[in-house]
Amino acid sequence: MIRVLLPVHLRTLARVEGEVKLPLEGPVTVRSVLDALEAAYPVLQGAIRDHTNGRRRPYVRFFACESDLSHEPMDAPLPEAVALGTEPLLVVGAMAGG
Amino acid sequence: MSSVRVLVGTRKGAFILAADGKRRRWDVAGPYFAGWEIYHIAGSPVEPNRLYASQSSGWFGQKIQRSDDGGQTWEPMGDKFMYEGEAGTHQWYDGTQHPWEFKRIWHLQPSLSDPEVVYAGAEDAALFRSADGGKAWKELPGLRRAKGHLWQPGAGGMCLHTIVLDPKEPGRMFTAISAAGVFRTDDAGETWRPVNRGLKSLYELPDPDAEVGHCVHCIAMHPSRPEVLYMQKHWDVMRSDNAGESWGEVSGNLPSDFGFPIAVHTHEPDTVYVVPIKSDSEHFPPEGKLRVYRSRAGGNEWEPLGNGLPQDHCYVNVLRDAMAVDSLEPCGVYFGTTGGQVYASPDGGDTWEAIVRDLPAVLSVEVQTLP
Repeated sequence: MIRVLLPVHLRTLARVEGEVKLPLEGPVTVRSVLDALEAAYPVLQGAIRDHTNGRRRPYVRFFACESDLSHEPMDAPLPEAVALGTEPLLVVGAMAGG
Repeated sequence: MSSVRVLVGTRKGAFILAADGKRRRWDVAGPYFAGWEIYHIAGSPVEPNRLYASQSSGWFGQKIQRSDDGGQTWEPMGDKFMYEGEAGTHQWYDGTQHPWEFKRIWHLQPSLSDPEVVYAGAEDAALFRSADGGKAWKELPGLRRAKGHLWQPGAGGMCLHTIVLDPKEPGRMFTAISAAGVFRTDDAGETWRPVNRGLKSLYELPDPDAEVGHCVHCIAMHPSRPEVLYMQKHWDVMRSDNAGESWGEVSGNLPSDFGFPIAVHTHEPDTVYVVPIKSDSEHFPPEGKLRVYRSRAGGNEWEPLGNGLPQDHCYVNVLRDAMAVDSLEPCGVYFGTTGGQVYASPDGGDTWEAIVRDLPAVLSVEVQTLP
């Protein structure tokens, strides 16, 4: 199972508590994880990736294993620890503002 | 006994304020959608317990929420606001053309007759319509064909912030856009034309009488006389007696004719309310005194209403969607401030009292009068 930790506002929106666990077959990438996440929680469509172009929203970041993966290609494999479920993929609302 | 429900959108959530017909004791519920910007909440005139809320965030984009039980529970609706066809371009700050980009929904206007139909005004400016209670949205692209390439963003963004439906002519509606002006359709949104003749934007536009480009802040109509429209422009309070074909200034003796909201008394079509703001760069009341101004003559002659409002050291603003009236007798008037106060007058503006004082900055106020 892939573990995803959402920021509090998206947990509220999706009505989940704690981490989300997603079964996933095939390559484990940001795109495949987000596809599975949005299929399980349709309300998250558009909240992480822009409806129009499918790109990461500017103030959303993806962290895992203490690395910022936000600028990696969406189809790049995620770290093995994420694929094995020992580490979560963190979806983060970026620091912004004063 | 009748009651009222005040729907308040703020920078950090929604609040619902409820009172009986006396409007003296209030129950305050919320925040709903805490931490999100709620640009607008509106109730269906046909099914008052059906509410729509525009929930948005600089981080997580746009959501539309709907309640069918008067705000106790909410369900997310559709939020795919896609411009029809080629999105096209509009005027940009540097004089170049810039592509249309969806940012948020500023205003929701449920149909006057069909509870499933609701309109949404967007930034970048466009009008969307849902015929299934907010699940799916489709743009009415004819609006952007009304010289959209000449529209330009104001300081607050290029937003469609006002939607006024004509209760007597079902195909007629008006929209107002900053900074483009007022537009009218007579065929239910298929085709549109600018209706800005008589607006003068000296020092704001190179051609003060331009057909489009005016920074209209809000327009209001009385349902018994839909051919009469009132407007708070960036500067100038204006009136049209012919459904927008031409406008004349009615600022009269106002201490400043800059402001954002405008509202019409429920029972008196000639009684109009504005909140003068000192200037376009000093967004606070003149002299630090918060005063609503009322005209009982359809404009030109205005009287200050400050009884119960702060009369010194007050430097809040009242945004364009943050004033509304109920339909009780006497008519109640309500407005919210950027300082988080929501004021109510149960007597048409003669006296005021704060319902709440410390909400987040208020973006919008709507009122429902319930049987």
